[in-house]
Amino acid sequence: MTPAASRPIRGRPSGRRGPRRRVDLRAFPGFAPAAWVVLAFLYLPLVVVVVYSFNANRVATQWDGFSLEWYSRVFADADIRRATVNSLRVAAVATVVSVVLAAGAAVALQRLGRLGNRYALVIIGAPLVVPEIVLAVATLAMFVAVDVPLGLLTVTLAHIAFCVPFAFLPIRARLADMEQATFDAAADLGADEWRILRRVTVPLLLPGIVSGALLAFIISLDDFLISFFVAGPGATLLPVYIYGQIRNAITPAVNAVSTLLLLLTVVVLTAAFLVGRTRSRKVLP
Amino acid sequence: MLALPAVAYLTVLIGVPVAVIVGYSLLSRARFGVGVTPPVTAEAYVRLLFERRLDGTLAVDTTYLQVIWTSVSLAAVTTVVCLVLSVPVAVWIATRPPSWRPLLVFLVTIPFWTNQLVRTYAFLIVLNDTGPVNVALTGSGIVDEPLSLLYTDTATVVGMVAAFLPFMILPIYASAERFDFRLAEAAYDLGARRITVLRRIVLPAIRPGIVAGTALVLIPAVGAFLQPDLLGGGTTLMIGNVIQQQFTASRNWPFGAALAVLLLVLTLVAVLLISRPIRRTGAVTRLLR
Repeated sequence: MTPAASRPIRGRPSGRRGPRRRVDLRAFPGFAPAAWVVLAFLYLPLVVVVVYSFNANRVATQWDGFSLEWYSRVFADADIRRATVNSLRVAAVATVVSVVLAAGAAVALQRLGRLGNRYALVIIGAPLVVPEIVLAVATLAMFVAVDVPLGLLTVTLAHIAFCVPFAFLPIRARLADMEQATFDAAADLGADEWRILRRVTVPLLLPGIVSGALLAFIISLDDFLISFFVAGPGATLLPVYIYGQIRNAITPAVNAVSTLLLLLTVVVLTAAFLVGRTRSRKVLP
Repeated sequence: MLALPAVAYLTVLIGVPVAVIVGYSLLSRARFGVGVTPPVTAEAYVRLLFERRLDGTLAVDTTYLQVIWTSVSLAAVTTVVCLVLSVPVAVWIATRPPSWRPLLVFLVTIPFWTNQLVRTYAFLIVLNDTGPVNVALTGSGIVDEPLSLLYTDTATVVGMVAAFLPFMILPIYASAERFDFRLAEAAYDLGARRITVLRRIVLPAIRPGIVAGTALVLIPAVGAFLQPDLLGGGTTLMIGNVIQQQFTASRNWPFGAALAVLLLVLTLVAVLLISRPIRRTGAVTRLLR
């Protein structure tokens, strides 16, 4: 394309989407480099952790050459393995339960008008609004008040709660994209409520459910503060383990664990991104 | 009916704990410091402003007022830095061809979803005396001695900016994407200079995003825990650190609960004040789609 062709042509009635606007690209000089610098700053901490996980030096903050030794140590370490298994278990249970709760709520709140479900929306959004430190100590206080011993059970119960809104919002967004006519058509053809739910609503919701589940999984896997307070000594999760380690010293082994955690997050996120793309292609015109 | 399980669950796991923490803040410290005990008292709230002398009289104690001031001011600095960094990114992404934008937005979202603990402790390496920043500075001869960057308020702010930046970029982008940049072209045609277009045309158009982003950064930043804990090194306490301390080392649960209630009230007031402009941008929904 020649430069002239890329410029918007004046006098021509522009379509709804408008021509590709190259002019504003030049409009704010310095914005492009600034954007790249900021993006680099966002990735700097991630890159540093990954790079230093291959550091040969025992002291992680001093670069001393390339080594894969720490990864083999990580896979051999029983504490790390236990913390990883704990984290994955909690995240798996929290994902399944929160998605079921969220999907039910999203479907129900779609059909009821707007008035009756104010409280429901407030309480579902609450984990996003209440500061994490407050939620952490409050949940701890409640478990102590009702005398439930802290452990994997308490931490799983807490994780389910803050995963619900993250599972809820993508499912709700997906529902909002669907047309009422689809359900009316199913009803006209004689399907009862249960059949509509099973054969129409759930299959159409599936991409929303999948991205909700992936987000819930990541959120559970990443949580530190709430796990720190309600997990109890016998049920250390991976971020709590990492925190305990870096309080002493940052070793390349911690960086290796963190790198693996980051890798898992990026894989799950990319899956969510791709699912989201297929969604918008199919539903939106 | 399908909403009932979720609503009931969250009422028990979010609503009840909040009620319990309010109750705890009005009780007395337990004998060994874990948990609480009767009688009912407002002592924990008195402690926010006063210190009780040995003879039982009260003296004004500004320790915790200072903690709150520190939390709010560091959060405010973080917000301003995020704002300055976010506008170019958001506007730049919004002016890319539509087919690029989802990928660029995804690039901004990845750090947002990755482990905040990892992203925060990474700055312990970055800002260390022997870390990359100091190696670059001494190596290039800009400074002779490595700067002690860690365990300062600056380090805390750097960590918080890195943690909260996507919360500012995404809502501003949501506004900028809807802005018709032909209006900027029109302004140029009418003879406006770049700075005028930015100030008079673009900034007003992305204001809802700026308002939403400010709230989404400022509110969680006031309650930040990890960044002051790891990067501030306990030299400057923010309210989140004091709450954590009261529930762990200091073992004064009623006082920790009172601080938690205070932080919650501050947050809810801020959220109520700001919720309408945020909803208008659809920023939060967009973040999770």
